[in-house]
Amino acid sequence: MNGPHDLGGQMGFGPVAPEVPEPVFHADWERRALGLTLAAGALGAWTIDESRHARESLPPATYYAASYYEIWIRALEVLLERHGFVAADEIEAGRPLWPGVRPKQVLHPADVARVLARGGPCNRPVEGAPRFSAGDRVRTINEHPTGHTRLPRYARGKLGVIEAVREGFVFPDTNAHGKGENPEHVYTVTFDGHELWGKGADPALTVSIDAWESYLEPA
Amino acid sequence: MTHTHDHSHDDHDHHHDNELDPFAARVRALETILTEKGLIDPAAVDAIVETYEHKVGPRNGARVVAKAWADPDFRDWLARDATAAIASLGYTGRQGEHMQAVFNTEDTHNLVVCTLCSCYPWTVLGVPPVWYKAPAYRSQAVINPRGVLAEFGLKLPETTRIRVWDSTAELRYMVVPMRPEETGELSEEELAKLVTRDCMIGTGLPLRPGSLSPLALWPATGEAGTAP
Repeated sequence: MNGPHDLGGQMGFGPVAPEVPEPVFHADWERRALGLTLAAGALGAWTIDESRHARESLPPATYYAASYYEIWIRALEVLLERHGFVAADEIEAGRPLWPGVRPKQVLHPADVARVLARGGPCNRPVEGAPRFSAGDRVRTINEHPTGHTRLPRYARGKLGVIEAVREGFVFPDTNAHGKGENPEHVYTVTFDGHELWGKGADPALTVSIDAWESYLEPA
Repeated sequence: MTHTHDHSHDDHDHHHDNELDPFAARVRALETILTEKGLIDPAAVDAIVETYEHKVGPRNGARVVAKAWADPDFRDWLARDATAAIASLGYTGRQGEHMQAVFNTEDTHNLVVCTLCSCYPWTVLGVPPVWYKAPAYRSQAVINPRGVLAEFGLKLPETTRIRVWDSTAELRYMVVPMRPEETGELSEEELAKLVTRDCMIGTGLPLRPGSLSPLALWPATGEAGTAP
């Protein structure tokens, strides 16, 4: 979707303002936001793609006004409601009112180290050989799906070169919506700065994205 | 609350996290609901926080870079299969399942961003800094990287090619900067002290021997498992 999250090339957000030295967390609630998001993710009810889509589906004014941990919590509330674990009136009341859906699994403290060290690999076998090879010229598709996609707007309809053929990976555009993993080959595609940003581009700039095969056409 | 937290509090925390902060209250209420419904165990939340506040941080990545500087065979392995090479040092897991190492050269400088969200190599760098997740960096890194680098005090020659990696899929990138001059005598352990978090994102360069310790530049990820 052409949501507020798709920021590449946007202007007007002010300076980057790196903070030196920077604490890992700026408030105790940020610690809990990180832990709650990961612990709730371990319920196994949604995928990382669905959670990303929940974040980018926040209203633009909310998204831009929020810190990133705030975005995480607002999206977590959406996911918990969607999957029946927590009801809107409970979030409003700040306490449990209904039994809700029972989880398949709950993350126990003793399992945290193992679960985090294992992660959630998204590579998958893909039937058939990759369509493209390193060095091939490609054009990204110019589509504007209303659902989740990982092809940023600034890189749509652009000429690029396959720099590397990666493994097969879960396709987020379907997986985010519960429509299956449908893995595809992924490629690192490079674009010349001028192709993306026109005559005013930095002449010594190259930008790459990692693109699923269906984002690409031969050029 | 149904449990007590045992977290370090400093003045900064208290400034933001008190009963008057509506968002802090909202997070606390959500934790209460999830706990009372048996959906989370607060001790598991504590363990997650402990992991990313004190165990997994940029000192992991600094060890990877120092080893790549000191050991050509490891450098080759890192270039060929970063996930396996990094796992050999014990760094595996969430948001580091599929790693790629990209190497700065005399004429090319690498910079990593995630324009769509906040993808970042947690296993080697820990959780991302606020600026990495915020709109200013995500919007500008792909169109005006030299302007971004200048904000970090990094001015590269105009002839230096800038290679920006937008982490749009599940590959997680770390930059391996060039080894600073006059470091031939240093051990891997000493080399690791020159490797800042920012130089592994591409928004900085490694320190030179004898300059400020990165301890002052890194987030406070001290203690076990992260010491250089």
